[in-house]
Amino acid sequence: MLLSGSDIVVKTLIEQGCETVFGYPGGQILNVYDSLYKYQNEINHVLTAHEQGATHAADGYARTTGKVGVVISTSGPGATNLVTGIATAYLDSIPMVAICGNVPTTQIGTDSFQEIDITGVTLPITKHNYFVSDVADLADTIREAFKLAKSGRPGPVLIDIPKDVQIAKCEYEEQAPVEKDEPFAAKDVRIKEAAKIINSAKRPFIYFGGGVITSNAQDEVLALAEKIDAPIGCSLMGLSAIPTDHPRFLGMQGMHGHFASSMSMHNADVILSLGVRFNDRVTGNRTKFATGAKIVHVDVDGSELNKTVNSACGLRGDVKLTLKKLLPILNEGTKSEWMAKVEAFRKEEENFLDNREGLTPRRAILTLNKYLGDNTVVCTDVGQHQMWAAQNLNFKTARRFLSSGGLGTMGFGFGAAIGAAYGIGERSVLITGDGSFGMNLNELATAVRYNVPVVVIIMNNGVLGMVRQWQALFYDKHYSNTILERKTNFTAFAKSFGADGESVTTPEELDEALGRAFNTEGPYVIDCKIDKDEFVLPMLPPGGCMDDIITKLEVKL
Amino acid sequence: MSRYTVAVLVNNQFGVLNRVTSMFRRRQFNISALTVSETETKELSRITVVFDGEDVAKQQLINQLYKLPDVCSIKEFNEDNSISCELLLLKVKNETDTRDEVRSAADAFGAKTVDYSKGYLMFRLTDISRRIDDFINVMRDFTILEICRTGSVSLEKGSTTIRQNLNL
Repeated sequence: MLLSGSDIVVKTLIEQGCETVFGYPGGQILNVYDSLYKYQNEINHVLTAHEQGATHAADGYARTTGKVGVVISTSGPGATNLVTGIATAYLDSIPMVAICGNVPTTQIGTDSFQEIDITGVTLPITKHNYFVSDVADLADTIREAFKLAKSGRPGPVLIDIPKDVQIAKCEYEEQAPVEKDEPFAAKDVRIKEAAKIINSAKRPFIYFGGGVITSNAQDEVLALAEKIDAPIGCSLMGLSAIPTDHPRFLGMQGMHGHFASSMSMHNADVILSLGVRFNDRVTGNRTKFATGAKIVHVDVDGSELNKTVNSACGLRGDVKLTLKKLLPILNEGTKSEWMAKVEAFRKEEENFLDNREGLTPRRAILTLNKYLGDNTVVCTDVGQHQMWAAQNLNFKTARRFLSSGGLGTMGFGFGAAIGAAYGIGERSVLITGDGSFGMNLNELATAVRYNVPVVVIIMNNGVLGMVRQWQALFYDKHYSNTILERKTNFTAFAKSFGADGESVTTPEELDEALGRAFNTEGPYVIDCKIDKDEFVLPMLPPGGCMDDIITKLEVKL
Repeated sequence: MSRYTVAVLVNNQFGVLNRVTSMFRRRQFNISALTVSETETKELSRITVVFDGEDVAKQQLINQLYKLPDVCSIKEFNEDNSISCELLLLKVKNETDTRDEVRSAADAFGAKTVDYSKGYLMFRLTDISRRIDDFINVMRDFTILEICRTGSVSLEKGSTTIRQNLNL
């Protein structure tokens, strides 16, 4: 079938199984938008308020469904507006295909209007990118991009398509959706080595991350924990893979992790690390990190092994397949002494729990927990609210907690929540702060237009809380540019955008507001007033170790 | 700190060198020399990287190279399993009182005189990098006008080739 390049773009997206794509039109992508119009019964396009929101939506869609998220933009500023969203997906290993228009090939390199070298710009934040100069390569390039995006360690891939390539005609033949590269287990010899180390462990600890969600290995992780009698902790990216109420699960560890989880990891003699990359927010001071432990590290990306911490045994391979081979050769065993110690840490942690009355951050999240179904996706932005959510949300199902872990992108959440709602066809929740929300609140217009059910909870303290916390602890309380002093009325804002919302100051009011929010068809904004001097605790100071952990606030504010 | 030589076979496509060097820059790998050349097939180019650093950094460099989709094959070389050489062009001032000394030093290194005029002499030397360093050091006693050297190229000894290693 002889088709134009732009028709081929849309037909190939449909062929690859895309149901919903996100984007924003413009001069150099007009032809693709014309084709989206033509094929609108076969593919759904969601118009956001800003290209950044579209990338986060594609990202949120990918995180909830495990499918490749697709974002489309024009050249120049449209393309550069994708950068933060692409980088967010790159750092969190999220499969994404970004498609940009560009000026015609004859004008490339002449600094024409809205021309930007987007393949150059995105080189370090994509798995790979393509500049398509011949329409004959177009369909296969898109197919290759999908394959790359979802294979191995997933990530974003960008395709830059000049306008004349969109116009040019070429034969198109529909193909089956590309499969990702066949996942592989680590080498047998390494698995045997790992088994030897694990079998000799007296105090084993399982530490997992986003790789477990990507490879869908939560059952294997639990089976492993049962077999060797070990507690489980995770990184921020691992949250939601194991239900919060699972007796072996100690929660997130790291800078603001659960005390019991961090302490158990610190005291372990073998740390079985699955699909994690030992980010500095997890390890603190690397020279003092878990010094008494042998690390067994499984990751699909070989470059993560020995990158930041040395492992006793590094296994390059898919977590699920590797654990499947590892499990049968592990000795069954009980570690009652160790598990008693873990239980003691857990008891100790209870002393630090914030049980104050009033609308505290923890109470706000616990109130929200009552409204969350098994399938409700909760998204966050970045800052204190993100950590309070990570610490206190009740997770039930994998892929139901979305947060910008690696890049720490304020403004990620709203787009992600919209993408998530499309991904699962259900109401999603955004927990944000007044700082983060201010970055991309324009996407409320998108949620209103498409009637996307998103419950927005703004933890409104009038300050940039996380930065303020650091200023309080490490910068002599010099609150430089973290006091917002804005006069925003979020309820009025919501109404002016055509949504509904309200402001709450007590847990009871929040409870009632949530009741209304979860019964609203479209978006609903809850302005949740909290104190400006709330802290995220515990806290491992940057570059510190477990001996430096701050569990109680001793700074006078 | 050691010196490592890594040969990388890449797709012969526009922009591939940029992808490779961009990764080196981003991760701050200390590259001492880099050569790019066509190969026996027109689909592939060969990049030879000379890297100074610790073993663990070298391993990270190789692992990161493996992640680039345009990289087809990687092979690490050492002095025992490979032949390496580098090309030097060196221009030195032609002065009456030093001329004989300059020429005999060049002879000792096997450098060929490729141009000669009243004002200058130009030598060409093909050898391993260390010998080229030595030759330049000797020439520093005279008036060096200009130097250009290529960086190392390496091939594995024996009948095996890097292409048999297409294991990615």
